[in-house]
Amino acid sequence: MTSLLASAEPTSTPVWAQLVDLFVAVCFVLALKGLSGPKTARNGNLLGAFGALVAVVVLFFSTPGMKNLPLILAAILIGLIVAFPIARRVKMTSMPQLVALFNGVGGGAAALVSIIEFLTAGESESKGILAATVFTVIVGSVSFTGSILTFLKLQEAITTRPIVIPGGQYITSLVGIGTLVAGVALVISPTNGLLAVLIVLSALLGILLVLPVGGADVPIIISLLNAFTGLSVAASGYVLGNVLLIVAGTLVGASGTLLTREMAKAMGRPLTNTMFGAFTATAVSAKAGGGEDRPVKSAGPEDVAIMLGYANKVIIVPGYGLAVAQAQHTIRELVDLLTAKGIEVDYAIHPVAGRMPGHMNVLLAEANVPYEQLKEMDEINPEFASTDVVMVVGANDVVNPAAKSDPSAPIYGMPILDVSDAQQVVFLKRSMRPGFAGIENELLFDPKTTLLFGDAKDTLTKVVSAVKNM
Amino acid sequence: MDSGVALLTIFILSIFVGFEVVSKVSTVLHTPLMSGANAIHGIVLVGAILVTGSADSPLTIILGLIAIVLATINLVGGFVVTDRMLEMFKAKKPAKPSADEEAKK
Repeated sequence: MTSLLASAEPTSTPVWAQLVDLFVAVCFVLALKGLSGPKTARNGNLLGAFGALVAVVVLFFSTPGMKNLPLILAAILIGLIVAFPIARRVKMTSMPQLVALFNGVGGGAAALVSIIEFLTAGESESKGILAATVFTVIVGSVSFTGSILTFLKLQEAITTRPIVIPGGQYITSLVGIGTLVAGVALVISPTNGLLAVLIVLSALLGILLVLPVGGADVPIIISLLNAFTGLSVAASGYVLGNVLLIVAGTLVGASGTLLTREMAKAMGRPLTNTMFGAFTATAVSAKAGGGEDRPVKSAGPEDVAIMLGYANKVIIVPGYGLAVAQAQHTIRELVDLLTAKGIEVDYAIHPVAGRMPGHMNVLLAEANVPYEQLKEMDEINPEFASTDVVMVVGANDVVNPAAKSDPSAPIYGMPILDVSDAQQVVFLKRSMRPGFAGIENELLFDPKTTLLFGDAKDTLTKVVSAVKNM
Repeated sequence: MDSGVALLTIFILSIFVGFEVVSKVSTVLHTPLMSGANAIHGIVLVGAILVTGSADSPLTIILGLIAIVLATINLVGGFVVTDRMLEMFKAKKPAKPSADEEAKK
């Protein structure tokens, strides 16, 4: 038992530096704690960043005889030059894919750390260390390729729909088993050849696992891969005998797992469905194709202005399309106008509106929409029945009744906003194209629904001026 | 205590802390929390620097430098983008203080 767990690295770190690491670990715990509350979130994040800075700076002073120092500093500088401008300038709408990308490179880094340690100390490592190495390589590589693929999906560089390869689940299972076999073999006989096989198989596994994940499930996968990276960082910490990496990695692994479960719950999706649902959902898109020529009722901006202007109660359902059109400010202007006329207006925020849970809150906060006008789903759903007009701007899947009525739909079981309870529904859409999940929305063909086609910002601007002239 | 067992102890206890710390988070904060946690695992930079600092062969040095670049991107980018998200939550707060917001949590 003890030989299995014995750490190979006798720590040459001085005691004071170990105490600094303890301080940093506490910073990270408090950072996560802070991030869980709206008031403390920003300070929590800053505390985490401060802790990380301390850890890195102290490392250079506490490690005797560090080689390759100029190269190391140059590499850090390159990382800074790459990361800082991207993180600073990215549009808030593209943030989910950026998080996926950052997560992926972290997973790649963790895998590399273990690979290097293996190449350096290879055969002499204890079995426990080798097992941790295998774990880091598998999970880190899966996280790396999986996250990069998720990034490409969200960037819409490749299709957002599930990609199902014929016999995909068999290929995935085979690769998964192959990865495990290679991992066990590596622990028994540590050779560089086996390591190479393990890396290739794990990288392939990451791609195969994410390929069939489609549309609305992508955010959950980001969160899951985030937890994965955390665990692989923890395992790499075990390989190196570094307490800070173990603590930080495990914290993220554990909290990320919990967060993933919460998100899946908010969408009414057991996690297993998210990952394997697409394997069975192939028939849906073919079936949905049939209804596209059916008549819909469309109207001009003036008609919509009249509907809104004479309502007593209006609810706005903002979606990702609103953000893409950069129409957050315009919608706020419209809401301000209506409120000034004495009309009661609220925003209904679905938990996964946008591309990530909470994403829409961030986007509307950017446009200075007051917090108290944002109503969460459970709070607003009973209100729809007493609402005159619901205006759905650039959202689709979160109001699609198929989630309740059609067990074959990929989003079946996801809680939705019950907009069909309202007197009238107005959809602002660019086209009849289905939403991110790629499913036809029956509500578009409902007699109480009016469609207003066009770019959300243009049409909203026209609605605003029409309301002003009333 | 054997150092391997000590590390395992730390690992197990950290799992519980990790669960405990985020047990009650409103959906509003899911995205920033995920992003912040994402930044924290960028601390693998420490590991990347350590292995590169003791690397001798050209292969391990090159791999180590790649690991450092990747980890730095994760760490720095993660914290910066999280701060940007949270900045927006803060900006609108002064508009109206949030008594009912607190009640919701």
